[in-house]
Amino acid sequence: MDFSALITTILHGLTLGMVLMLVAGGLTIIFGMMEVLNFAHGSLYMLGAYFGYTVAHLTGSFWLAILIAPLAVGAVGFLIEFFSLRPLYGRPPLHHLLLTFGISLIVQNAIKFIWGNDIYSIEMPAFLSGSSSLLGVQYPTYRLFVLLFSVALSILIWLLITKTKWGVVVRAGTEDIETLEAHGIDTRKVFTAVFVVCAAFAAVGGAVVAPMRTVYPQMGVDIIIEAFIVVIIGGLGSIKGAVVGALILGLATQLGAVFLTGFADAAIYIVMAGILLFRPSGLVTETE
Amino acid sequence: MLRLQDVHTYYGPSHVLHGVSLSLAKGEAVSLIGRNGAGKTTLMRSIMQLTPPRQGSISLKDQVELTRLKPHEVFRLGVRLCPQGRGVFPKLTVEENLRLALVSQPKRETHLGVDKAYQLFPVLAEKRHQKVRGLSGGQRQILAIARALMGETSLLLMDEPSEGLAPLIVRELRDLIRQIKKTGITILLAEQNVKMALSACDRHYILEKGDIRFSGTTQELTCQQDILVQTLGVSSGVAECEAPAPT
Repeated sequence: MDFSALITTILHGLTLGMVLMLVAGGLTIIFGMMEVLNFAHGSLYMLGAYFGYTVAHLTGSFWLAILIAPLAVGAVGFLIEFFSLRPLYGRPPLHHLLLTFGISLIVQNAIKFIWGNDIYSIEMPAFLSGSSSLLGVQYPTYRLFVLLFSVALSILIWLLITKTKWGVVVRAGTEDIETLEAHGIDTRKVFTAVFVVCAAFAAVGGAVVAPMRTVYPQMGVDIIIEAFIVVIIGGLGSIKGAVVGALILGLATQLGAVFLTGFADAAIYIVMAGILLFRPSGLVTETE
Repeated sequence: MLRLQDVHTYYGPSHVLHGVSLSLAKGEAVSLIGRNGAGKTTLMRSIMQLTPPRQGSISLKDQVELTRLKPHEVFRLGVRLCPQGRGVFPKLTVEENLRLALVSQPKRETHLGVDKAYQLFPVLAEKRHQKVRGLSGGQRQILAIARALMGETSLLLMDEPSEGLAPLIVRELRDLIRQIKKTGITILLAEQNVKMALSACDRHYILEKGDIRFSGTTQELTCQQDILVQTLGVSSGVAECEAPAPT
């Protein structure tokens, strides 16, 4: 394998990893705070792609698509949290898993009902088509855009979480939700806000990858499995873990496709098994 | 300030508080003495509505019925809980822990802000940007108390603050509680350490198996060593009983 092919593979891996981060980050924050394993998180990512497709189709604007999709999915996230999850807080995790699994089935079938089984794509802006030169490699400009856009969003999430008072509230909530409530924070409202924001970030991920990965009714299931692997590798509930896990998974998938031809799909499971063998609680576990 | 009447609290099917009644006047420091499992923590949690009672009334300033509120609403009325095990957030920095208590409180000049807290507790100022998990038990306790004093505090519930601390730190803690009392804040101190409870508070309740067994002043309690021996297996160890002056 020559150097340029290796660079291309690594860039592919990083791009995939950063997109995964948008989904897995939300998944791990929701679990860390609410102890809810949100199986429907992939559906929110998928809805983002479908809403994005529809907006782009109606308006012809890619930028409107990636702006409106997260807002619309945020609203869906609000309805899901407020009307279905809220009554189940404090119950055993199996209840949430069954509920969100049910929601994912409902969303998937609603999508098939509304948009059918066809495969769609969002047209990328003209200036992002073609390829650019990077480290001596010709790389698709749109993929570079997705990589930079996801990095920018991740930095935004990082700033929100580390530099704002609401970020402190979210981090405290992932440690001890009861103590947070006993310090004047209405944790029900925080749960709703966090769920909506995480839904919106997943939706941005869905909309922004649509031009390179297409839009299809199975995409929610595909991403949620990858996102769960990321969260397990990184450590359940750990935000840093989600970043590390997403990058490892992205790189393992792409490098596996090159070096383990024929076993590409197995690569991520081999990596996961290897990590869990030595770190059963995931890579980033911040114990006292 | 605070009045509990016939409070019954359960953990699932287990009946923990069996009709507890007690009251605290404004500015008083009152202790709640009892062994492990007597119901001290449950009582604190019931006041804070973290484990709401199934029966009975908890009123604040004879105006607000706390049993109708959520914990965050109780906090906003000026009630602060320093939970057993400190209840600080280990992964957050000292400063983030302090600021957390101010998130839900309106800004007022008279409030204890972060800077004033650092003046009062210089040890926290030195560690302001450190994660709490690197702090000693005593420092964590000071942080928990400082955080409970942030903003506007009228009632401080302290759940076994001396637990696991060295005797020297316990004495500092006792002095700190006395200082807090002087500022007019009402204190309910749950303790197994009788010496600490007797020296820091003016009035005492002994809780046994979820029920109040004794209520009285420091002098009354030191005069009834048998109660302490019966319920806790210890004597007060602080002062000899002084006979009331002849009239």
